[in-house]
Amino acid sequence: MVNREDVNRENIGIEKSSTGNLVKTFTVRDMAFYYGTRKALDGINADITEKSITSIIGPSGCGKSTFLKSLNRIAEAETKVRIDGKILLYGQDIYDPKVNLTRLRKRVGMVFQRPNPFPMSIYDNIAYGPRLFGTKDNLDDLVESTLKKSALWEEVKDKLRTSAQGLSGGQQQRLCIARSLAVDPDVLLMDEPCSALDPIATLRIEELMFILRDQLTIIIVTHNMQQAARVSDHTLFFNTDESRIGNLVECGATKTIFSNPVDKRTEDYITGRFG
Amino acid sequence: MTQLTRKEEASAEIFTPQGTLPADPIFNNVVKVAGLAVIGVLIWITLVVAGDSLPAIRQFGFGFLTDSNWDPNSDQFGGLSFVFGTVATALIAMAFAIPIGLGIAIFLTEDFLPEAVLTPISFMVELLAAIPSVVYGLWGIFVMIPILRPLLQWLSGGSSSGYGLFTAGLLLSIMVLPTVASISREVLKSIPRSLRNASLALGATRWETIFRVMIPAGTSGIVGACVLGLGRALGETMAVTMVIGNAPEIPKSIFAPAYTIAAVLANEFGEASGELHLSSLFFAGFLLFVITLLVNILAEIFVRRVSLERQ
Amino acid sequence: MISTSSPNKPDLIEELDQPLNFERAFFDKGMTILSIIFTLIALVPLFSVLYYVLVNGFSSLNWTVLTSLPAPTGSIGGFGNAIQGSFIIVALATALSVPFGVLTGIYLSEYGRDNVVDDFIRFGVNVLSGVPSIIVGVFAYGVLVIPLKTPSAWAGAFALAILMLPIIVRTTEEALKLIPWELRLASLGLGANRFQTIAKVIVPAAFPGIITGILLGISRAAGETAPLIFTAASSTYWFTRPNLPTASLATLIFSYATSAYNDLKSQAWAASLLLLMLVLTINILARFVFRRRF
Repeated sequence: MVNREDVNRENIGIEKSSTGNLVKTFTVRDMAFYYGTRKALDGINADITEKSITSIIGPSGCGKSTFLKSLNRIAEAETKVRIDGKILLYGQDIYDPKVNLTRLRKRVGMVFQRPNPFPMSIYDNIAYGPRLFGTKDNLDDLVESTLKKSALWEEVKDKLRTSAQGLSGGQQQRLCIARSLAVDPDVLLMDEPCSALDPIATLRIEELMFILRDQLTIIIVTHNMQQAARVSDHTLFFNTDESRIGNLVECGATKTIFSNPVDKRTEDYITGRFG
Repeated sequence: MTQLTRKEEASAEIFTPQGTLPADPIFNNVVKVAGLAVIGVLIWITLVVAGDSLPAIRQFGFGFLTDSNWDPNSDQFGGLSFVFGTVATALIAMAFAIPIGLGIAIFLTEDFLPEAVLTPISFMVELLAAIPSVVYGLWGIFVMIPILRPLLQWLSGGSSSGYGLFTAGLLLSIMVLPTVASISREVLKSIPRSLRNASLALGATRWETIFRVMIPAGTSGIVGACVLGLGRALGETMAVTMVIGNAPEIPKSIFAPAYTIAAVLANEFGEASGELHLSSLFFAGFLLFVITLLVNILAEIFVRRVSLERQ
Repeated sequence: MISTSSPNKPDLIEELDQPLNFERAFFDKGMTILSIIFTLIALVPLFSVLYYVLVNGFSSLNWTVLTSLPAPTGSIGGFGNAIQGSFIIVALATALSVPFGVLTGIYLSEYGRDNVVDDFIRFGVNVLSGVPSIIVGVFAYGVLVIPLKTPSAWAGAFALAILMLPIIVRTTEEALKLIPWELRLASLGLGANRFQTIAKVIVPAAFPGIITGILLGISRAAGETAPLIFTAASSTYWFTRPNLPTASLATLIFSYATSAYNDLKSQAWAASLLLLMLVLTINILARFVFRRRF
């Protein structure tokens, strides 16, 4: 435990020297997460750096997705959950009872494993979020600029009023990203966004992530080590043991984690996955 | 999905005619005949009911539909008031059953309650469908009407006896409620969870998600549920017969006594006074059959669209 | 540590705390309350029906009522023959409906999967289940009562059998489809033909589900009144032959409920109690006892 804290500090030091950016989007302290009474995560301490891409890797069942879902509190939409410790978004406790969930989720967007466009037109998918928050004017401009930002405009500009479900899987997923961007979030959570896509569609998503990196904080859960190595600036490695409670083993700059991991388990996992 | 296809392929290979023993084609034909018998029954019903209506059809033709004069004593039969009563009671029933049934379906699917509370509530809603129609009728006469009567008299300016169109529609709504609620619930349940989460993740509230994503996504299924409910309401007999007041005329107000096709069949069929009377009843029955058939085919189309969308 | 990481974006700190605008918050809370009210409204009739049937039914229920024949007003009578008649008509209907229903279910699940014929049959089953019960009664009247020149238990049973059919077909098909595909392949792999596989492996494995379907069908048939009024009609005698008019609980409730005599009205409640207990018991039994899943 103490050891890990040291490692964290050390890594933060490395980041500072390499990017000079210390602003944290999320600060997670001593976080434990429960589904009902079952503990799913324990002792999580992590910082997520602003305007960068952070990947979360680890074996199945280690709580990667749970961690992600705790950051926009979407986990509690499915079942009863409880959390110990603190998760701060720009210094503010997102589990404070006064926090308004809709505003939190507007700030912390999410893209899911499978593309899930709403069964409505492409236009309406993008306009969905802004409409919720009362935007009525200039929706056309907003839709256009959002689609351009998501590098989807050229492909869909002639069929904005057709059903989003007619798009290919990769286009659907980029539409879902665009849909999240339309409410101007600070953070984009991505839960294995490419697991249902082919390599070319995956590549296009990754390209999009690079474009977006300058504008917001991206956190991506992935099973694909190459992807984590390719796209992310920082990496969190989660693991679990017989207790089936997930914990954060190691975190730091992606380069360091992949080339020179401190923890034996990280090394085993990464080499095993690359092998 | 692909796995299933592989299974089907495997079965197709194994079940080739060459590989089967003599006992097989016989049984194959037996079950096929049984299956076709279902279709046969439908056709048979159509032929018998239409066939026995022929004398009345010849006598009255389309006039049967525009004439509300039903007088067995002078052999004058027009079915308009029954058709009107049938449609009106069903529409009143749906006006109550759709919002309430949909409300229940949403309440029982959208994580408002823990599973331990949900199961008994949805079971109770389904029990509503198991209570025999005639028991609802009895309850309607001796419990519901005495409770409603003061209200109905006040609303109708003192003329209501408690028996009438509105009472029948209200009682019907209780009976079709489980149909609307349980099918809508199945439809909402079948919508992928991630769709709802995507909406919540964009900052929508729970009910915004329900109205803007869940209900639009389930529209065809929910419409199917409502149309099925409508079909039930149109054909429901006993409870309506017992509380509608059985007056063969177009009611002057929603609280006045009326009559439905099903009710006139229940009351007069066994004691029809002559061939033309009986045939006119068959004709009325045939009309009801055709109306419900169309409504049910419509419902089937909507429900099928759901299963296609989900594939 | 925490304080050093928070200086950015002070505007956001206020925003997360800021309540939802009134309109959206009101809509959300209001709809939740409305849906709770709707659910409660739906349960009121259920409890009211159960309460009145129990209270009024028990107070009029006694041994004489259960075992004797209807008597002229003023003297003590009962509806023993209607209980007997209901059982006989429903039993006949079940005997007629089960073979067709189960075989059709087997056909839909085991033979034609996804071809035009069984799509058509499935469609027919759904349409048949939507045909109003009174129309089925009219049909049975045309087919059996007119030629035989008298209402009979046969005609009533025939109508009820048609009403049970779709329920039995659907639940049988569903029960059979729940049986793992491998079980069929295993049996075929041992050299059994398809009939043997179905008869010796698949149907026994799906038996609880099939029984569920039959019980649900019986529970529907037992409560049906409309098709019996003019097919089985009524009788004031004990059952002797199925080709004569036969009394049943459901039609008895209908005629007694609308009668002018108080003792008949109270008998209607007693008969309702019996009918309701019968229907609900079978229904609940079907749902819980026999619905075992693989």
